[in-house]
Amino acid sequence: MKKFTLVLFMTGILLVSGVFTTLAAEAPVTITWWHIEIVENQIALWQGLADEYMAAHPNVTIEITGYENENFKTKLTTVMQSGAPPDLFQSWGGGVMNEYAKAGLLLDITAYLDKDGWRDTFAPGALGVYSFEGKNYGVPRDMGMVGFWYNKELFAKAGIDNPPATWTELLADVQKLKDANITPIALGEGDKWPGAFWWEYLATRIAGQAGFNAAYSRKGSFTDAPFIQAGEKLQELVALEPFQSGFLGATWGVDEPTLMGNGEAAMDLMGQWAPGAFNDSSIDQKGLGNKLGWFPFPMVEGGAGGPADALGGGNGFTVGKNAPPEAVDFLKYISSVDSQVAQAKIGLSLPVVVGAESGVTDPMLKLVQQGTAAAKYFQLYYDQAMPPAVGSVVNDSVQGLFAGTLTPKQATQAIEDSAAQEIK
Amino acid sequence: MKKNSFGQNVQTLPRMTNPVRRHQDRMAIMIFLLPALALFLIFLVYPIFQSVYYSLFSWKGFGPAVDFIGLDNFKRILTDRIFLKAVGNGLLIVVFSLIIQLPLALALALMIGRSLRGRAFFRTIFFMPYILSEVITGIMWMILYNPNPNRGFINAILTLIPGIKAIPWLGNTSTVLMAIFVVLTWKFFGFHMLLYLAGLQNIPPEIEEAALIDGVNNRQMITYITIPLIGSTIRTSIYLSVLGSLQVFALVWIMTKGGPVNASEVMSTYMYRFSFVRFQLGYGSAVAVVMLLISLLFSLAYLRLVRQTDYLN
Repeated sequence: MKKFTLVLFMTGILLVSGVFTTLAAEAPVTITWWHIEIVENQIALWQGLADEYMAAHPNVTIEITGYENENFKTKLTTVMQSGAPPDLFQSWGGGVMNEYAKAGLLLDITAYLDKDGWRDTFAPGALGVYSFEGKNYGVPRDMGMVGFWYNKELFAKAGIDNPPATWTELLADVQKLKDANITPIALGEGDKWPGAFWWEYLATRIAGQAGFNAAYSRKGSFTDAPFIQAGEKLQELVALEPFQSGFLGATWGVDEPTLMGNGEAAMDLMGQWAPGAFNDSSIDQKGLGNKLGWFPFPMVEGGAGGPADALGGGNGFTVGKNAPPEAVDFLKYISSVDSQVAQAKIGLSLPVVVGAESGVTDPMLKLVQQGTAAAKYFQLYYDQAMPPAVGSVVNDSVQGLFAGTLTPKQATQAIEDSAAQEIK
Repeated sequence: MKKNSFGQNVQTLPRMTNPVRRHQDRMAIMIFLLPALALFLIFLVYPIFQSVYYSLFSWKGFGPAVDFIGLDNFKRILTDRIFLKAVGNGLLIVVFSLIIQLPLALALALMIGRSLRGRAFFRTIFFMPYILSEVITGIMWMILYNPNPNRGFINAILTLIPGIKAIPWLGNTSTVLMAIFVVLTWKFFGFHMLLYLAGLQNIPPEIEEAALIDGVNNRQMITYITIPLIGSTIRTSIYLSVLGSLQVFALVWIMTKGGPVNASEVMSTYMYRFSFVRFQLGYGSAVAVVMLLISLLFSLAYLRLVRQTDYLN
């Protein structure tokens, strides 16, 4: 009998302690995370952050998948259409994100941002890109403006002392480079969006903030004079034949950075990720080094936009509708100042978290960062700012301008038709 | 007991007369067919009807389709200049396949189908491109076509000729479709060649020997003996080539995405752009339905007018 009581007692202790341990350790949680980094040290940075978080939270497992940019877009569209988004995933905010938000595929994280002042850690402009109708669905990690990356040596060879400050000067410099037998501009117009930057920047300079807002809010139209003028200015440039041979079929993924990285073209209108790609595509992997310079898009004479207005955008992460609270907590973890400094140091991000600016050591990227911060009017790339259908029509139509198959009027008409249908 | 024409006794198969047995046979056939039939219905027939359904909506592809617009998508497709261009490009690829790719495949099959030295070697290398994945083929040819003579093999050779400048094959609206057609031919002629080789092996050697005794020359042999005897193979290969040409996608998407400015647009790249880049899945579905109808019409007409004889014989 004594023995029996003892056994009962021991069993009881085992059971009770079992129950307690289960209560103490939280239920296991899995977070799926998709990013688009394919450069080794950038993949390692994300993996390292996930490992740290998992070590501190033993119940959390983070499953990371890194896709190549274009593959990511294809794969994400498929899972979105099946209604099963990953918990955390790469986003550029804007129009595409808005479509996902409208379809209820994203988690509203407004309440998390309002707690403990998380919201205030971000530059407000960058955070706003990941909000729709007053609700936040994600946070940025990177933001920058598009500008001209140029080869100082080739400019000097052509006798250009200072980078151009006006559109007329730019055209003159292009002619000087041509006369010196140098390819003035590298362009991967097969991808369409690199060329769209040109037209969008011209429109930003000529129409200004008010012009774009009028067209976008449907009070005005994309067939308004400034947008047609942007096309006309672009064709002035195209008429000089400033691009490498076959630019209409070339890509950003291969041709454009190869030309720049190996010093075969003098300039390239591109975003903050360009130097990394130039280095990666050069034969010695080092790129142009201190021969690389940067200048903002020149003023257009008579335009309504200011010289400090910027076109650009960046990267961030949005949260899928089925994400556990731990996913948002982890997002907060990777958005810390330390993480942002680490991202900036390896050229992965141009930081958007207050206090992480010091991570940017490259003098050129510092220029981009300062230009971005100083912009009075920051225009998100059109193909991110507007619904995907309109953005795609912008890219397609501008390619027509580069090829000379569309007149500036026809191009703006196509964009206006799409905007009239999609923006309500 | 019945007797056959040689006077042997033949046992009539009892199951042909026994209704119970016949029923059991049918059941067995049904059961064996069921898995394949289920897959066919779920992954082929059901999605087709789904596409037809979605083609009547203005739908982005997320959440339920609610914005019913009737046949508006079809009206837009049939009046869209770019879609008509895509159909035209598809037809051009069909025509060029028929007058260049298939005759080339036939000529090579006739050459290596005969007692050529090292024919196994040639058969292998001619068939090799067909084994490569379309994506790899596309990337490989993009490199070959690179407009910079320092990087692209084709232009490197071309520029060796004095007075000839490098040609941006894929970056020029007037050369891009032909450049893609060369790749399509390179990739698929081996497949058709193999079909013809199989057809050639079925020609009884006695017929050719008899013709040789009758004194035919090489040209007569090919036009009056060989080609008529592989007629059904040729008709099959034409059928496959036309359908394949109408549906070509991966190579074009990898190499040009249908560009520059729609110069190499085909129906499938047009469909893909609207469905997955512009998020207009309703419109994309309508394009898919139009593609299906075009292919189906061709199939039915071809089966009825041309290939019927093959089945009757």
